[in-house]
Amino acid sequence: MSRRAVITGVGVVAPGGIGTKAYWKLLSEGRTATRIITHFDASPYRSRMAGEADFDPVREGLSPQEIRRLDRAAQFAVVAGREAMADSGIEFDQLDPGRIGVSLGTAVGCTTSLEREFIVGSDRGKYWEVDQSYAVPHLYDYFTPSSMATELAWTVGAEGPVSVVSTGCTSGLDSVGYAAELIMEGSADVVVTGGTEAPLSPITVVCFDVIRASSTRNDDPTTACRPFDKTRDGLVLGEGSAIIVLEELEHARARGAHIYGEVAGFASRCNAYHMTGLHPEGIEMSDAINIALKQARSDATDVGYINAHGSGTKQNDLHETAAFKRSLGAHAYKTPVSGFKSMIGHSLGAIGSLEIVGSLLAFEENLIPPTANLHEPDPECDLDYVPLVAREAKVNTVLTVGSGFGGFQSAMVLKKVEGAGR
Amino acid sequence: MTRAVVTGIGIASPNGLGPTAYWRATLHGEAAIKPITRFDSANYWAKIAGEVPGFEAGRHLQGRLLPQTDHMTRLTLVGTDWALRGAGVQPNDIPDTDIAVITAATAGGYEFGQRELQKLWHQGPEYVSAYQSFAWFYAVNTGQISIRHGTRGPGAVVVSEQAGGIDSIGHARRQLRKGVKLALTGGMDSSLCPWAWVAHQASGCLSRNNNPRRAYLPFDRDASGYVAGEGGAIMVVETPESAAERPGTRIYGEIVGYAATFDSRMPSREPGLKRAAELALRDAGMDASEIDVVFADAAGIPELDKAEAEAIKGIFGPFGVPVTAPKTMTGRLFAGGGSLDVASAILSIYWSAIPPTVNVENPVPEYELDLVMNEARHGKVKAALVLGRGKGGFNSAMVVREYR
Repeated sequence: MSRRAVITGVGVVAPGGIGTKAYWKLLSEGRTATRIITHFDASPYRSRMAGEADFDPVREGLSPQEIRRLDRAAQFAVVAGREAMADSGIEFDQLDPGRIGVSLGTAVGCTTSLEREFIVGSDRGKYWEVDQSYAVPHLYDYFTPSSMATELAWTVGAEGPVSVVSTGCTSGLDSVGYAAELIMEGSADVVVTGGTEAPLSPITVVCFDVIRASSTRNDDPTTACRPFDKTRDGLVLGEGSAIIVLEELEHARARGAHIYGEVAGFASRCNAYHMTGLHPEGIEMSDAINIALKQARSDATDVGYINAHGSGTKQNDLHETAAFKRSLGAHAYKTPVSGFKSMIGHSLGAIGSLEIVGSLLAFEENLIPPTANLHEPDPECDLDYVPLVAREAKVNTVLTVGSGFGGFQSAMVLKKVEGAGR
Repeated sequence: MTRAVVTGIGIASPNGLGPTAYWRATLHGEAAIKPITRFDSANYWAKIAGEVPGFEAGRHLQGRLLPQTDHMTRLTLVGTDWALRGAGVQPNDIPDTDIAVITAATAGGYEFGQRELQKLWHQGPEYVSAYQSFAWFYAVNTGQISIRHGTRGPGAVVVSEQAGGIDSIGHARRQLRKGVKLALTGGMDSSLCPWAWVAHQASGCLSRNNNPRRAYLPFDRDASGYVAGEGGAIMVVETPESAAERPGTRIYGEIVGYAATFDSRMPSREPGLKRAAELALRDAGMDASEIDVVFADAAGIPELDKAEAEAIKGIFGPFGVPVTAPKTMTGRLFAGGGSLDVASAILSIYWSAIPPTVNVENPVPEYELDLVMNEARHGKVKAALVLGRGKGGFNSAMVVREYR
């Protein structure tokens, strides 16, 4: 009997609210949480908006030591991780720690802390030879993002396989795919997985400015991210974390756990095309979708909802629309498609996991969150993008996709598990 | 179960470029830890490193790639070219979707990142390179390899500090089991710039001894930390069936076991390295008595050395297996270190010789390790165990064996 990986706990830190409930409220109401950046003075930059999380580490129960030690992204992961652990109902200290793993996605790691410390050590970039006497004790933890997996592993008491998976903007999907592989191959029974990102600092904003990937609709930040709309003009950054407790199916059943769904299929593809560009035909994303569906033993016609990458750039919209059609054929036109980045922005390595959690909640609530800000559909994007208002629908199979710098294309099939309690 | 064999090895090490030069130097115990030349170390207390000498990226890569790549990406791309050449893989030999790219990273393209941070804060946002969006991030090497060689199979990047070089190869083997024919895998790393150096110093793991022969002394009573280096190995790992489609392909060895564990923060718990090694042996279906050499993690930090010695002794018994650490010649190579150790283990099997540990003069007697010191040991090596640890609690182990 082959081993299957199911989701039994979720936790979220997102723009618009901390916790899974607040997150679902935002998504289901189709509200947006993008705004003018408040974390720092963004006035010198081309794009000055982001989906910011109103996150108070003290209120979220982090200790003074944790607050000092941890980058904001690591703080998100710990808070979301604690929610996911509690939600799963697993008594982690009763498990064999060697059978617990961690797989955490992040695209840019602790960049925010690194930039802050760079400014001090180099005296605002004046010196190439950064002054060693200003190094903070945790600088090395910021240097390598594996420190965040360490922190999450400590939080859950893991002694099994632990790592960060960092594949740019598909990290949040790929980390969960990696976790599912650990469970299916038998290396762990429980893997705490997901993604975290707190990239809102000048260097990250400038990265997207200089390649003109981000929106300049600074006068209307709440509607700036407009996937599949002909007035779209780029992505809006975001931040947040979603942590997922992934568990072997029989392990979950034995304790009568509530099961949100199964990671039934996952595949990633390199597009071998361009570090930041996408080929409009969407062949590699389509390949990833086909393999994920095959692994899930699902037909294209089983897919009841597609959670799109929907970053708000024209090249992405055309790319994934083509990929959906290539893989699902005529069924693509009948399948609701929506993009959460319209509401919470693009949190790089976290967003894939946030999208997984939102998709699982769509199972729970029989409701498909909409694509916000979609008033004037781009005629070249001719699928059903669920504009503006959530739609009631009973969905048993979700396809969620991601696309990232480096040419990464990922697809995951989530399935409802029959007899899953609650 | 799908088997995974190594058919190509690309190496950039402080003591040699390419597997032949590297292996010759390593068997001769040629140490390459030297005073830093890549930046002015006058204002830093740590002044030595393992730098890869004589690497001229412009001789190997097209000019257009240079402005968009960090040093570590250039090493990676050239290393990958060498690995593919060694494996005799020509474009179109293998369907592009049947090739996976799985690399390890620790800190990304840090020197590139420092330059752009400086431009942003000293000159202004309009001076930041258009390549900053990807040149420094952790995923860059996998993406660039895929583009350079037109590979359209799975891609991934694992980050588990200095254990990642082993983990990437373990994940590549997973991809073969899921159906790809060939994987380009391993790690090449470099973070020798002032901004990275300040972080290395802050790790608390670098030796404060600046004598290249006395700084990095794992298992020695004078162990005082490690020396940072750059480089690593990229390998071609494929199924034997895939290798057989190219007649005459040399098979260096086989990857037969892999496991990763993690250390709890609770001091009452036993460190996970021994468990990783046992799980890797079990995965290989092998007994400890079948292992001819252990390539140690060799942290060079007394308590970590002790823990590793206990793990090795616990599995093999006192003086029960030859143990070596050729990284004493190069310094620790971060994401590249574990991969280079796996490559060295494979080369040991292929060339029937165990490379030495250098500079260690006074091994701690209580460790009861059969440390291969100063001189290579020649003789049949059928199987090797490679151990790696990463700061924060990461443990990885890999078993490699001669291909039969």
